[in-house]
Amino acid sequence: MNRIDLSQDRIQLSSSTAKMGPILIVAGLALLGLSVALASSAGWSTFWKAYLVGFMASVGIALGAMFFVMLQHITRSGWSVTVRRLAEGIARNLSWMWILFIPIIVMVLKGDGSLLYQWGDEYLMEHDHLLHKKATYLSPTFWSARAVFYLLVWAVLATLYFKWSTNQDRDGDVKWTHKMQQWAPLGIILYGLTQSYAAIDWMMTLQPKWFSTMFAVYYFASTMCGFFCAIILLARYMQRTGHLKQAISVEHYHDLGKWLFGLGVVFWAYIGFSQYMLIWYANLPVETSWYMARQLGGWAPVSLLLLFGHFVVPFVLLITRWTKRWRFTLPLIACWLMLMFFVDICWIVLPVVPEAAIAAATTYNELVKQVASGEVSVGFGFSIVNVTCLVGMMACLTGGTIFNLRSCNLVASEDPRLDEALSFENA
Amino acid sequence: MSDIPREKLYGLAAEFADTPSIFHAAEKTHAAGYKWFDCLVPFPVHGLDRAMGVKMTILPILVFFGGLTGLTLACILQVFTNSLEIDLWALVPVVGYQYDVSGKPLLGPAAFVPVAFEMTVLFSALTAVFGTLVLNKLPMLYHPTLKSPKLARATDDRFYLVIESKDPLFVRDDVEAFLQSLNPDSIIELEK
Repeated sequence: MNRIDLSQDRIQLSSSTAKMGPILIVAGLALLGLSVALASSAGWSTFWKAYLVGFMASVGIALGAMFFVMLQHITRSGWSVTVRRLAEGIARNLSWMWILFIPIIVMVLKGDGSLLYQWGDEYLMEHDHLLHKKATYLSPTFWSARAVFYLLVWAVLATLYFKWSTNQDRDGDVKWTHKMQQWAPLGIILYGLTQSYAAIDWMMTLQPKWFSTMFAVYYFASTMCGFFCAIILLARYMQRTGHLKQAISVEHYHDLGKWLFGLGVVFWAYIGFSQYMLIWYANLPVETSWYMARQLGGWAPVSLLLLFGHFVVPFVLLITRWTKRWRFTLPLIACWLMLMFFVDICWIVLPVVPEAAIAAATTYNELVKQVASGEVSVGFGFSIVNVTCLVGMMACLTGGTIFNLRSCNLVASEDPRLDEALSFENA
Repeated sequence: MSDIPREKLYGLAAEFADTPSIFHAAEKTHAAGYKWFDCLVPFPVHGLDRAMGVKMTILPILVFFGGLTGLTLACILQVFTNSLEIDLWALVPVVGYQYDVSGKPLLGPAAFVPVAFEMTVLFSALTAVFGTLVLNKLPMLYHPTLKSPKLARATDDRFYLVIESKDPLFVRDDVEAFLQSLNPDSIIELEK
């Protein structure tokens, strides 16, 4: 029943925190530059895969933020008003993140696509019957045009939502709320389609013969995990640096924790398992080959790590009320799940079994032996570019978020539902 | 106003006109040390249970163990029916349905998950429903507060705080004086 008093709260970024934005962006770009410098020694194929992991992880978090913002408008949620601006700040990065995808488009258009995507190999596309049938969809030009379209839609949506919301800070007009609500359903449909096709185009086609109707949803569930970890950690960071101390209360953390539990842990496992079980049951070679790469060699323990570290353990940890409400446990779990989110994206992108090796092996056990002896590589292995690319992109994302929030209020201070957000309590 | 004898007295109710009054009345009653009291309100008043000092329900814990029971049962059921082969006391041979379904192992964990999931949900849901009923002593066919027509407005626009006579601190005159100190619109006696 107690309405929180905002007048005592710092709802503008302090100059010391605002400084972190450019610093992180520069550091991130430096790390990306370092990755390029290391690329020739690590191998360009390794570099591009690491680059894609970094991009899919960071763009996933920003996409999750955009989904969250539009969802709050669709449902006319009151509780989330105090954290919505942070999500808008994360989503706003989509207005520049297309820059990070340009190198991949250039590489594909230049004809070097086979460094990353099997379909970049023109000879293979000509001579493999199944791939030949997919050649139109996977032609470099069409593929790049689609990528431009997705990135454009995201940039426009994220920019508009940030602009409308901050406009309301200035004039306090309720029409902005109506506007955001009116466009949210269309926006979320556009988001759903583009995000799904982006997941299919950019990650599923890494193994172009493989297909799964669950894949796009799986990536969505993964990004939800990444985003809710990110917003919990960002809110905690803001409070640690003296911002939003009153505005974001334990109730908001509790609700964000529920989201993390519901979408990031349970829904992720549900979708991941649904995809696995159908393929396991049908047992068709064209489908199972994707999972084969993930149960051979070093990827088998990683798959188990995901099962337990991304689902079983967080499920038990987050199911009780107090872990979501205590300010030490929730950020700690969020840190862990953020790590699992990165492992998850690596697990999607990196594993591969060369088709030649599958064709050459007469039995599954023979293939297992070949992988164990190192004759056949399944793409498991640590390279420094894996770290520099991922950390670099995440630093850019974090720095960009702080930069986006530099000159606006950290809460939607004129939102008509702010009172509801400030006085709500979990029953 | 003391027409109901002590042994027939269910409790005393104070009537309030708005939510802040019932909220603060509940806080004061809790602070005064009364344990057996309740608030009758026409709609959920947020934070009222905390003001009354009501403890957290144990229902979530019951539901968790209900779910765990379902999970365990589902696993046992499937292992039992799919692959079990034992002699009970060397008398009764028990053999499961050991069908070979497209070459899948008899104990394929992936195939067990959907059933285990559904059973977990089912047992959790049933525990939640019946746990709610039992913890709230439902179905309750009679309650003294339903007897007095003076309390009928609890379903409309009035708020009542009832201190029951079984409270260890219940001394009729003290309670009446205490309720009076909360500035109610009226005080109502309730018969068992």
